[in-house]
Amino acid sequence: MALSTTSKRRLERRGQFISGLAVLLVVVLVCTLIFMVCSRGIATFTRDGVPLGSFLTGRTWNPHQSNELGQPTVGALPMVLGSFGVTLLSCAFSLPFALGASIFVVEVAPTFGRKFFRPLVELLTGIPSVVFGVIGLTMVVPWTRSWAGGTGYGILSSSIVLALMIFPTMMSLTADALSAVPDSYRDGSYGLGCTRWQTVCHVVLPTALPGILTATIMGMARAFGEALAVQMVIGNAAQMPSSLLTPASTLTSIITTSMGNEAMGTVYNDVLWSLALILLIMSMAFILLVHLVGRKGSSND
Amino acid sequence: MTDPTGVRSPKAARTKDRAATAVLAAIVFAIVVMLVVVVGHVVASGAGKLVDLSFLSGKPEQFKAGGGIGPEIFNSFYLLLLTLLISLPISLLAAVFLTQYLPEGPVARVAKTAIETLSSLPSIVVGLFGMLAFVLSAGWGFSILSGALALTMFNLPILVRVIQQALEAVPRTQRDAALALGLTRWEATTMILIPVAMPAIVTGVIISAGRVFGEAAALIYTAGQSAPTLDFLNFDLSSTSCPWNVMRPAETLAVHIWKINSEGVVPDLSAVSAGTAAVLMVCILAFNVIARLVGRALERRMTAA
Repeated sequence: MALSTTSKRRLERRGQFISGLAVLLVVVLVCTLIFMVCSRGIATFTRDGVPLGSFLTGRTWNPHQSNELGQPTVGALPMVLGSFGVTLLSCAFSLPFALGASIFVVEVAPTFGRKFFRPLVELLTGIPSVVFGVIGLTMVVPWTRSWAGGTGYGILSSSIVLALMIFPTMMSLTADALSAVPDSYRDGSYGLGCTRWQTVCHVVLPTALPGILTATIMGMARAFGEALAVQMVIGNAAQMPSSLLTPASTLTSIITTSMGNEAMGTVYNDVLWSLALILLIMSMAFILLVHLVGRKGSSND
Repeated sequence: MTDPTGVRSPKAARTKDRAATAVLAAIVFAIVVMLVVVVGHVVASGAGKLVDLSFLSGKPEQFKAGGGIGPEIFNSFYLLLLTLLISLPISLLAAVFLTQYLPEGPVARVAKTAIETLSSLPSIVVGLFGMLAFVLSAGWGFSILSGALALTMFNLPILVRVIQQALEAVPRTQRDAALALGLTRWEATTMILIPVAMPAIVTGVIISAGRVFGEAAALIYTAGQSAPTLDFLNFDLSSTSCPWNVMRPAETLAVHIWKINSEGVVPDLSAVSAGTAAVLMVCILAFNVIARLVGRALERRMTAA
């Protein structure tokens, strides 16, 4: 093992160089990805002459036809609404369960949580999204159909499937946030004669709020970007969502179903890339939000 | 003066506390039931196919009933192997650089932002980029190579974070002792830190392998949606029936599930879908169990030594 000093130094420099190269590679890959998706995504506006406003607020999606102005009818509002709809609704379904379960495993029964519940939930994290799609098709859609009527395909079913899917993420992060509250805070509260529930409501939850918000945003980001599980149960009708029970579509579901059918360079294909660009921008917005929440949380301390 | 807790007497507070505990326990109970029902449903509805050898080894059918998933099983494992071969060295080196050479500063911030961006990207966007960059621009077509590279993009941020955490969890004193004895940072990393962090790294890699194994959105437009019949005696690497040919299209288990459910016309569609989902679930559960066992075994060996 005894290397001479010069060869040691050479090895050190080589190691530093190669590992630095790996980091550089990752950075370059990410920049290339962002650049390529952006450059394809803006073709709708630069080459096909669709105004950004009419793309974002147009209510009709029919890229094969042109409107009276000679522009393709590519209103993305139905998909944008669909995406935000399933994201918010699935979060609303999942959050109470994630919060309740986290409080239980952190405050009430930590051993049960560590030994049994959290490993079980971690297992759920590994379930592939297509399997959630199958669960949606074989359990959620028939269930929605018989309880709420309609075809069963739509925003409600998709939100339930997504709620199942994002639950592990939200629950793990929320539980971490609660665990991070120092025990001295709890002791102080108990010392004043507060019950456990009072301690949770008035001490633990307010302290952990930034972490809980982060967990919620991470869950939302996952729901917003999920493609296949949603595509399998939402019905994929590119129309303005009129109710939670009628077939609708999201940005991801339309990209998934149409990308394979439209040749590169056509208007239809360009618009699909614009939808992908919205997804990209939104996923960055979610990160930004997480950072803002994190910074606010640390400045409060 | 109003009581800030909104509760008037200690007795009321105690009742409220008990009620809250009961509600929380009910929520947890409901979740456990839901979990068991959902996972049980997936495995149970495909259980018949799970032990059916002709299903596990047979080739898929386009129009008739009775198709199998033999090539899909092979493709899934082969793609996973290639993905790990590409992404593991890159992420190990990147994690070493980020933890040992450059833990702070503007460059580290850029790198961390890039990795965070990559990890938050929807996998369908990664798949679209893969289609653009590998399938079309590089001209590799729908192929295992394109698919493995797309999966690498998807896997890199996960692996870098896992390995980084494993390296950071090694006590600082170990590194300081190694440096004080005259080892260079590279030597300290390769001879001390990585061996010590090995159990955590291996566990993390296996768990990330489970995620790669079940990924479909990044693959439908990169590795393609067709599974050519494979001939395991064919070693002509340019033939599409050669299993090891990286330039052939390869549908994986996850993609197969998606495809038959959205475009399939076979009469036994729901049985094939349920069977494939069950196989996929069992593999993922196996990855999780193996990760835990291997991690624990390595840990024991390292600490006993």
